[in-house]
Amino acid sequence: MRSDAQQPEALTSAAPGEKSRWVWPRTFLLLLLLLSAIVFGTGLGSVNIAPGDVLGALWRGLASQFTGAELVSNDVIVWQIRLPRVVMGVLVGASLSVCGGAFQGVFRNPLADPYLLGVASGSALGATLAIVLDWPHALIPVSALVVALLSVAVTLSLAREGRRFPPTRLILAGVVVGSVLSAATTALILRGEDRARQVLAYTLGDLGFSGWRDVLTVLPYAALGCGVLLLLARALDTLQLGDLTARSLGVPVERLRLIVVIAASVATAGAVAYVGIIGFIGLIVPHMVRLAFGASHRILLPLSALLGGALLVYADLLARTSPLSQVGIVTTLLGGPFFLWLLRREKEI
Amino acid sequence: MRGLRVKGSEGPRASKSAALEPSTINHQPSTALEAVNLRVHAGTFPAVRGVNARFDVGTFSAVIGPNGAGKSTLLRALLGLNKPQSGEVCLFGRPLQSWSRPERSRALAYLAQTEGLSDATKVRDVVALGRGAGDWRFGLLPTRPWTDDDDAAVDSALDRTDTRRFEARKVAELSGGERQRVALARALAGQPRFLLLDEPTNHLDLAYALEVIRYLRCEVAGGLGVVAVLHDLNLAARADWLLLLHQGEVLAAGPPAEVLTPENLLASYGVRARVVRDADRLLVIPED
Repeated sequence: MRSDAQQPEALTSAAPGEKSRWVWPRTFLLLLLLLSAIVFGTGLGSVNIAPGDVLGALWRGLASQFTGAELVSNDVIVWQIRLPRVVMGVLVGASLSVCGGAFQGVFRNPLADPYLLGVASGSALGATLAIVLDWPHALIPVSALVVALLSVAVTLSLAREGRRFPPTRLILAGVVVGSVLSAATTALILRGEDRARQVLAYTLGDLGFSGWRDVLTVLPYAALGCGVLLLLARALDTLQLGDLTARSLGVPVERLRLIVVIAASVATAGAVAYVGIIGFIGLIVPHMVRLAFGASHRILLPLSALLGGALLVYADLLARTSPLSQVGIVTTLLGGPFFLWLLRREKEI
Repeated sequence: MRGLRVKGSEGPRASKSAALEPSTINHQPSTALEAVNLRVHAGTFPAVRGVNARFDVGTFSAVIGPNGAGKSTLLRALLGLNKPQSGEVCLFGRPLQSWSRPERSRALAYLAQTEGLSDATKVRDVVALGRGAGDWRFGLLPTRPWTDDDDAAVDSALDRTDTRRFEARKVAELSGGERQRVALARALAGQPRFLLLDEPTNHLDLAYALEVIRYLRCEVAGGLGVVAVLHDLNLAARADWLLLLHQGEVLAAGPPAEVLTPENLLASYGVRARVVRDADRLLVIPED
């Protein structure tokens, strides 16, 4: 360790430890926020259940998985109906936020998010296709992933200028590809009339259909995609120095971009497959974490996962208990103005 | 501050550099970074056309020449970031192609005109990124944990650039001159053998530009090889060794007094200039 004897004017010696001093309390704070989101998310609704009873029900539900005991009354509501919805919210919120943070880092563009590059609208089109054609349940995320990868490839090739992806071109290409894909999705919805209600709710972002089966199908996508992105945190930090500098430090920049895009597409496709388009979470959460906790991706990505998961569960709670009805509407209605406020406040972002 | 700057900015050092004969490539061990018959394209344009040059450790070399002369392209090729069309770059007598990516990135550091530093990052964290050179599995995953040696190297780089005072501040709070010193500390933290800089003083006021040159001088005294692309000829005159490029070819190479002549300046920049000697220094004065 660095000794203070080495640096008698020890004013600055607090600095190197600052990261380790502050990371854990902040992580703990966000974990508490996430836990509270889970408790309130499962407790509140048409039947209100006290937090203590929720924790008890969660425990009995977990135990019943091993003992095979029958769940009764409120335990059924908590374990079978509300908890999968909440867990899905955590998975989706975390995936979108980590992907947003990674996209912003890898393209060094504060406006990048899964939606801007056409990944999410591609996923939506793929998923809608699978729903309308009545493909097997587990194929929905696969179809979402395939179309997502195709659409992000189109966006990147449109935006590409030599080896670089200039922000304006990236945004323009993403907007165009996204619009085309959304139009195609709408056309599909209008054809598949008998499933129109499900598909329409889907395009507005809805956690309401989530059951344990959906959660278990999405989990590997979220874990794989986010896991890879978290491992790349230090390489992403290095990339912030600039492409040439990162390459001079031994980071193969093109390979890094490709892997981030694929990993983020996997996580986004999983997130979008069953719950649809949920806007602004992936854009805003990384900015909030960056403002509050710093820009290093080793902090940014994991904390974005925690905050994104918690915020989406709270947004869904608001959607269920208010006339806004769907979580995608809530995040867009609240997220849009919040982002504008952020833009005005931080001229630099 | 523990001054490592005492050795000062002046003191003409006997230059170890010498123009290399273009005819032979003999891979003898050396202490130099060499370009041998190097031809490099920038896109499809042949920006560097048959350059022979030798840059030694412990020497401050500057690459000068008008816009489009191929300075930056040469620098990138020396770093191994641009593939040559023909010819080769040799580091310590071994072709750069045969160095592994980790070896190469530990030996050669690069400093851009403006380093992309995210505003919300702390100075110390930025400098710490310089320690990652080469230690990547598949080029992407860190292969070793952070050690006390890393901390010591970061401390030393912060001290040598006089940036330790604000190591806990965010990049957003720094002035342009301070940012460039932080970027320099980042480049030095990896303890490279050569530091290649692309117009490091371009957007800096004179005082800050001189400061950067002074810090580089100290590192050179400590054995680092510096190769800097410079626009300001009067700054370049402070180097040990100059390489004057013109349309991708070497027009002149040698100590400043031999390279900065009115004839060379007219031939490369197309500008009539007087070169005067003031105390120990050369001054280039363009004529209207």
